[in-house]
Amino acid sequence: MPFVLKVAFRYLTANKGQTSLLITGVAVGVFVFVFMSSLIGGLAVFLVTRTVGDISHVTIEAPSREAEAIPVGGDRELLLVTQPSSTTRELLRTADAFLPVIEASPDVKAVSPQVVGNGFVVRGQVRAAVSVTGVDPDKVSAIADLGKRLVKGSTALSSSTILIGKALADDLGVTVGQVVRLQSDRGIDRPFLVGGLFEIGLEALDSRAAFVNLSAARTLFGVEQGLSRIEVKLNDLYQADAVAKRLAAETGLKATPWTASNAQLLDGLRAQASSGNLIKSFALITIVIGVASALSLSTYRRRPEIGIMRAMGATRRFVTMVFIVQGALIGVFGGLIGTALGFAALSPFPLPEVAGPGAFPVDVRLGAYDLAFVLTAVAATLASILPSLSAARVAPASVLTQ
Amino acid sequence: MTDTPLMEVKDLVKTFEDGGVETRVLKGVNLTLRPGELCALVGPSGSGKSTLLTILGTLARATSGSYTMLGEDLMTAKDAALTEFRNAHIGFVFQFHNLLPDFTALENVMFPAALRDGRETGAARDRARELLVRVGLEERVDYRATQLSGGQKQRVAIARALMNRPELVLADEPTGSLDKESAQQVLELIAEISAAEQTSYLISTHDDKVAAVCPRQIRVSNGLIVED
Ligand SMILES: Nc1ncnc2c1ncn2[C@@H]1O[C@H](COP(=O)(O)OP(=O)(O)OP(=O)(O)O)[C@@H](O)[C@H]1O
Ligand SMILES: [Mg+2]
Repeated sequence: MPFVLKVAFRYLTANKGQTSLLITGVAVGVFVFVFMSSLIGGLAVFLVTRTVGDISHVTIEAPSREAEAIPVGGDRELLLVTQPSSTTRELLRTADAFLPVIEASPDVKAVSPQVVGNGFVVRGQVRAAVSVTGVDPDKVSAIADLGKRLVKGSTALSSSTILIGKALADDLGVTVGQVVRLQSDRGIDRPFLVGGLFEIGLEALDSRAAFVNLSAARTLFGVEQGLSRIEVKLNDLYQADAVAKRLAAETGLKATPWTASNAQLLDGLRAQASSGNLIKSFALITIVIGVASALSLSTYRRRPEIGIMRAMGATRRFVTMVFIVQGALIGVFGGLIGTALGFAALSPFPLPEVAGPGAFPVDVRLGAYDLAFVLTAVAATLASILPSLSAARVAPASVLTQ
Repeated sequence: MTDTPLMEVKDLVKTFEDGGVETRVLKGVNLTLRPGELCALVGPSGSGKSTLLTILGTLARATSGSYTMLGEDLMTAKDAALTEFRNAHIGFVFQFHNLLPDFTALENVMFPAALRDGRETGAARDRARELLVRVGLEERVDYRATQLSGGQKQRVAIARALMNRPELVLADEPTGSLDKESAQQVLELIAEISAAEQTSYLISTHDDKVAAVCPRQIRVSNGLIVED
């Protein structure tokens, strides 16, 4: 064992009570760091899962027409602007060509081609406005997991069944097995059998949405071919911006990531993360102050011994290293104990994406253990530099004159 | 004993400055030591004995003058070079604060060798054990410094001073904090060891008995050597 290490170890073990107290202090700081990381990370997972888990990550639609300049002879131009219609939607006429490309993309988890429109669900005297989504019967659960959130009935979509939210069903006073009429904004009116009721937890879906078979939607909205939009779910929802950009470039269509309509959520998450970082910084600062003050005290107490060591031929470098190594050892042990305690304390909590409502949203996977350990070891080592340098400045002659 | 001096100081001056007040503690000391000499450094309190020893031990620098030992100019050498020099060539025995309290007697004795080698070697361990036997502490090898009596501590300090086979041992009142009997034992030990090895000793003391043991006596008064 290098002699510096031996001397540093001996000094740490010479006063076991004080050293354990110091290491405990460091470990508590590390624990706070790990806990905050896992809480802020878990909260983000929880909120994003709740908000974005059941919506499209990237939505592909026909590009809206840009204003176009048409030369009309001479140096005059005509500016062509299309007024988007509220009743006729732009259709993806060549969507079929793009579907395999999008589906084959490695980031893509599921793809749902849809025909959508507005209409009313009518039951006796009661009418409720809904947005109607026509989906492929195999892909009912591709975007919002209707299968998992079904409270009654089944998700099988024949050409004359409809799935609605439980809240909407309660408003209408219908349940599974009963018949409602669906009137589209194109004036087409058809009876549907209520096949299933879902409860997703999003108001827009639970009380104002209806899902029907894609072919039924084609009839309702007079769309014989083409699609209104393609909804895409990704493996990693944080890749949405990049994937949207890529899909837009590849297909020439308009691809909108979920982040575009959830800026507030993202702002909130960012604010949360920065307040978490503030708390983590304070934990690190506490570690630095604790280690620095303990080592300052120790170098002060050991001045006579440092003088003896210097007289015996210890270089300034050796003395400096003895105290820096002590700081580093305290950081390493405190870091190990703190991260281990953090992991042990966080492990019993269920992961935020599977946790029920009201659960404590910590995520044991997001404890940033390696970062906490490395930062602590580095912080404790840096904290020991000033006390170490002051130790190295003890004059060797001080032993004789005391 | 040969005639080549072990070390030589000329016109050594040391002044302390404290809040604008300058104190001249050494006022031009001239001194030559030959290998294997046993010298006593005597003189009234405040005459500058300890100050001279710190400078000879390269623990502090003189204000002016010259100091050479073993052919090296120790006035201009850098701190790192001085540290290495005293580790190899100078041993110390102080009055107080001699041992490192968190280390055993054996570890204290080995310390200078471990500093030199970067680790505790088996050879150093053997020599340290041998030295502790020589100072009569074979029973106390693994005792912590804090578990030893004053006299035992000084004997460990003597063993440690000899660890790296230095040419010069500087002792500042080595028996100053001991009772008569332990002082006598420590003194006999120094006389015995110095007779056996070619090591020079410079021992500052107030004790006539200590001085009497030394063939050469150097008297300091008011920052000057007045009798040699
Ligand atoms: N750091 C210092 N600053 C100012 N003056 C000092 C300092 N160190 C020593 N002196 C002065 O130098 C003079 C000599 O001190 P020194 O310790 O060398 O005497 P000494 O001969 O060893 O005395 P004693 O026999 O009492 O140990 C004293 O007057 C002391 O006050
Ligand atoms: Mg003195």
